Amino acid sequence: MAPKIAVKDGRLAKRGGMSDTNLLLTITIVVFLLMYVLAVVVLGAGFRKPQAFFNILNENAALIILSCGMSIVMITGGIDISVGTLTALVCMSCAVHLDYKGGSVFTALLIALGIGVAFGLVQGFLVAYLDIQPFIVSLAGMFFAKGMTTIVNSTQFNVAHEGFQALKAIRVYVPGMGSINKRGIYVPAYVEPGVVIAILVVILLFVLLKWGKLGRSFYAVGGNAASANMLGINVKKTKFLAHLLCSTLAGIGGFVYFMHVGSGSPSHAAGAEMNAIASSIIGGTMLTGGVGNVVGTFFGVLSLNTIKNIVASLGLDEAWWTNITVAAMICLFLVIQSVVLMRKNEKK
Amino acid sequence: MTKLASPEKKTFGAKFKELASNQIFIPVAALLLLVLFNLIADPGFFKITLGQNSNGDPVLSGYLITILNNASELVILAIGMTLVTAASGGQDISVGANIAIAGSVILRILCGNQGARPETMQAPIIVAFLAACAVSMLFGAFNGTLVAYFKIQPMVATLILFTAGRSIAAWINNNQLPIISDASFGYFGNFIPGIPVPTPVFIAIACVIVIMLVLKFTTLGLLTQSVGINSHSSRLNGIDPAFVKFITYVILGLCVAVAGLIKVSRISSINYSVIAKDIEMDAILAVALGGNALSGGKFNMWGSILGAYVIQFLTTTLYKFNVASDALPAYKAVVVILLVVMSAPVVREKMGKAMKSAASKKTAKEAK
Amino acid sequence: MQDSAVLEMRGICKYFPGVKALQNVDFTLRQGEIHALMGENGAGKSTLIKVLTGVYEKDGGEIFIEGHEGAVSIRSPQDAQNAGISTVYQEITLCPNLTVAENMYIGRTKGALTNWKKMNEGAGKLLEALDIPAVPTQQLGSCSIAVQQMVAIARAVDMDCKVLILDEPTSSLDEQEVEKLFKLMRDLKAKGVGIIFVTHFLDQVYEVCDRITVLRDGQLVGEYIIEDLPRVQLVSKMLGKELDDMASIKNDSDAAAVDLGTPVLEAKGLSSAEGIKPFDFNIHKGEVNGFTGLLGSGRSECVRAIFGADKKTGGEVFMDGEKVKIHKPLDAMKHGIGYLPEDRKQDGIVGDLSVRENIILALQVMKGFFKPFSRAQAEAFADEYIKLLEIKTASSDTPIKQLSGGNQQKVILARWLLTNPKYLILDEPTRGIDVGTKIEIQKLVLKLAGEGKSVTFISSEIDEMLRTCSRLMVMRDRKLVGELSGDDLSQTKIMATIAGGEN
Repeated sequence: MAPKIAVKDGRLAKRGGMSDTNLLLTITIVVFLLMYVLAVVVLGAGFRKPQAFFNILNENAALIILSCGMSIVMITGGIDISVGTLTALVCMSCAVHLDYKGGSVFTALLIALGIGVAFGLVQGFLVAYLDIQPFIVSLAGMFFAKGMTTIVNSTQFNVAHEGFQALKAIRVYVPGMGSINKRGIYVPAYVEPGVVIAILVVILLFVLLKWGKLGRSFYAVGGNAASANMLGINVKKTKFLAHLLCSTLAGIGGFVYFMHVGSGSPSHAAGAEMNAIASSIIGGTMLTGGVGNVVGTFFGVLSLNTIKNIVASLGLDEAWWTNITVAAMICLFLVIQSVVLMRKNEKK
Repeated sequence: MTKLASPEKKTFGAKFKELASNQIFIPVAALLLLVLFNLIADPGFFKITLGQNSNGDPVLSGYLITILNNASELVILAIGMTLVTAASGGQDISVGANIAIAGSVILRILCGNQGARPETMQAPIIVAFLAACAVSMLFGAFNGTLVAYFKIQPMVATLILFTAGRSIAAWINNNQLPIISDASFGYFGNFIPGIPVPTPVFIAIACVIVIMLVLKFTTLGLLTQSVGINSHSSRLNGIDPAFVKFITYVILGLCVAVAGLIKVSRISSINYSVIAKDIEMDAILAVALGGNALSGGKFNMWGSILGAYVIQFLTTTLYKFNVASDALPAYKAVVVILLVVMSAPVVREKMGKAMKSAASKKTAKEAK
Repeated sequence: MQDSAVLEMRGICKYFPGVKALQNVDFTLRQGEIHALMGENGAGKSTLIKVLTGVYEKDGGEIFIEGHEGAVSIRSPQDAQNAGISTVYQEITLCPNLTVAENMYIGRTKGALTNWKKMNEGAGKLLEALDIPAVPTQQLGSCSIAVQQMVAIARAVDMDCKVLILDEPTSSLDEQEVEKLFKLMRDLKAKGVGIIFVTHFLDQVYEVCDRITVLRDGQLVGEYIIEDLPRVQLVSKMLGKELDDMASIKNDSDAAAVDLGTPVLEAKGLSSAEGIKPFDFNIHKGEVNGFTGLLGSGRSECVRAIFGADKKTGGEVFMDGEKVKIHKPLDAMKHGIGYLPEDRKQDGIVGDLSVRENIILALQVMKGFFKPFSRAQAEAFADEYIKLLEIKTASSDTPIKQLSGGNQQKVILARWLLTNPKYLILDEPTRGIDVGTKIEIQKLVLKLAGEGKSVTFISSEIDEMLRTCSRLMVMRDRKLVGELSGDDLSQTKIMATIAGGEN
């Protein structure tokens, strides 16, 4: 991806220099690798098994999907803080549908998608065509989803539906990965189906953002909406589609979350929107728009949760330590990014 | 460029348009609608009775009093949030968590070394409050530094304390839940014996008066707006934009400390994960409802303050109609969306045009 | 539609709150002609262009384009592009976070996917053909403003357009780049493209244009063939009055004695973080001097260093013989220095604030945090200067961003005049504003000098400098290379010094 270009006559030997997006992405990946290697070397045990790594994925498949959607909205210069409570709403609706209304897994999936799309249409319309600040729109979306979840059903319950249980139990084994347990038996490493979905989402979105006309429009609108308009991009439509995509992904992420926990509860995915924003930021997406990448976001989620695991395995399992460490990590990344970009701009 | 016709000959449409283009229009209209709704649904909503509390002191009660009382913290926060929004073009989402910290500091100092249940307060309340002010302003300064000097977007910068704040609050008191049994500590969040109006109402009014005096007798308003609109120009006019942004976060810190005092005084205790939960959202909403752009620049302080009361009015109205507290957010969301859609410039422009053309048709008819 | 016309606009009207920006304007563009659109600031040129490109929705009138049946409706820039209209604006309207190549192709390619290889190749060829020093994969934001403008032009000409609009594209280009642009325009003209050219440089108009349409106060004055309209007449048509002879403002100030005692301000070995080589500078009471040099030669950076706008890296500044420390603009202001910046939009105006607030801003900041002006006092100041400088505004409450460029500039001038500075720095005060205001500003400069103030004046137009300045510092490659005064002040001598080479 690094830009390497030499015009034929060598008039311009200088390289294009790294784009902001790639620069931040590189920082993220390097920091994540360093952190994980450090964890393996210093803390050993819990981190050495491949399954330890895949468990981070299993636990956070939904967060990966939510964060990717968040990154896209952030790239266009917006924000969507409704994704967390939307996840809870999807879980609760699917749970009620399966256990109380006798629905099938397929229709549950349709419900999940439908909720996501519906939120996306409304929020996208309000943001793009009525020009209302995305923060306010998604704040209302967040409140709405929160309230609706308890209106659908106010208490937590586990889903007993057979078809769903079967789906939930599916394990995808990772070839060539595994470890030998205490009794000397080789246990292959596995991931849940949600992880496969999450990785597919990351790949698809990566392609969209890199090559898709729509993806490039996201960057253009985030870089400078007025200019993008002059360049012939339909800014309103682009913003609308970004929000639609984000909410739809939240619907899918909600279903993945549901497959992982197998229950409905008003407190599901609490604060997930903030985790998604944090992951995006750690992954090098900037809230000001125009800069970011879903691959970075993927590593952002991994970084965020690796640090949580490190804190836990240090024996500091009081909740406050996790929060404080995570906050410190966001702070560190922000300062790194801000310093790097400031210096880069100064050089110019 | 030529001016349009003289202002005397205004059609109804033009008048409406002018009224509607006033920033205060939306919060006032929302308030009137809510009042009207309650008048029709149940005029008893506005009844205020003078009763006695368990100590035999006179207290006023009624929904209006509840609204004024419960909106206090929000009003105080909205003041600081407006300034932060104007200068830095972003919002502080850590105010809820910072209230937890401020509250925790107050309780920690009042408990001294007497554990979580001291028989008497170990320090004067004023000392505890000043300490909380210092700590809150320090955390405000932390946010301000990230925003102003490291140029990090406000929402992202304050995400740090949003994440860590409640944990820090718990850590200050070793995760214990202190309870202050001295009745005088409760004065700030409840009633002072002999005065029938809840104290938070007075504190909020005092804060409003203070900020209005500050805006009148200093150039804070001009500086924050100027920096929020164009920080390059501001710098070349001798303003230090980074410092102005920084200072608004410190001011918000002070507001947080006051709100924190009211919060802990209300229950004479604290619950780290619940205290002032989601209040940052309401505070930001208050600013937006007041017709202020969340992207910064020009602001109207009265708008934000009214916005805060509107939000509380709405909440209380919904409670009155027995909406379950868990489902409350859904109704609130619908109302909020209606309000912002109505106040969206795009919609207003269309509405204004429609009114104008209707009015001109009407005058044309009358002319015939 | 007339034959050979590619574009016809009839009876175009556009209203803004309180202002009739365009009233019944007609405009016709023929095939293969370069058509200048002229007028003072606020005459409605930009508005007309923005109506044509779909940025503004028109309130009346019809637009016809060759090859389209009946009136076309252009409601967005995309519509304009589809109708064969491509535009280069004065401000850069590209996305800084995308690559150069993407900026050239985004929004006008077919298909849902981007072919990076093909795009970079195409962009590379185009850049090479137009001799633009940029790499296709470079992030646009890392290019200089002039290169960005050239990229915008490259994009516009690469589109298969019938109408090309150039809205003051030359203000950030140097002479060579302007030449390149003119060659390009002539090539396109030969291919039958109709070009609308908006500029404030009269020389440029007479160099490339075939026809001129003049607007004034939102109304059409007339359409003329270039040969039929000599310069003086063009200017008087734009102003709507017979032009005072420009020469009348020629240095009467020679009479006004320059006090050659201790300089008001003297800088020794000053350098700044913006890469200015250490330079010496002084100015006396009642003197007008100037910095000249090509764009990017460092003339703005010099005055910014004096004002403390950029970080100073060395040197000393003396005022009235005493050493002073100027680290930030406020220090300079307190010593009686005023600075009108080069980039009005970015560094000058505070857009959403009212004219009144913009006028009092600098004085208010100097007066102090705890001493705000009363409303009445501010009102009085604003009214005084609105009258004095003849600022055209609906009221002092109007947001400054609603004013035309020239009037915005006058407000910024008023801001500094209000602080009653000893020494006033005017960096390109006449850029992008109409002839009438230009002359007013030059007269004002000389008047201020007559009142005993010192003024440093910077302008891209050497004529203006010659008319106002008694001494010129010449800059080249961020270095002070010469100082001219007295008989040396002539166009040729200045040019020679700018160009360098001692022989």
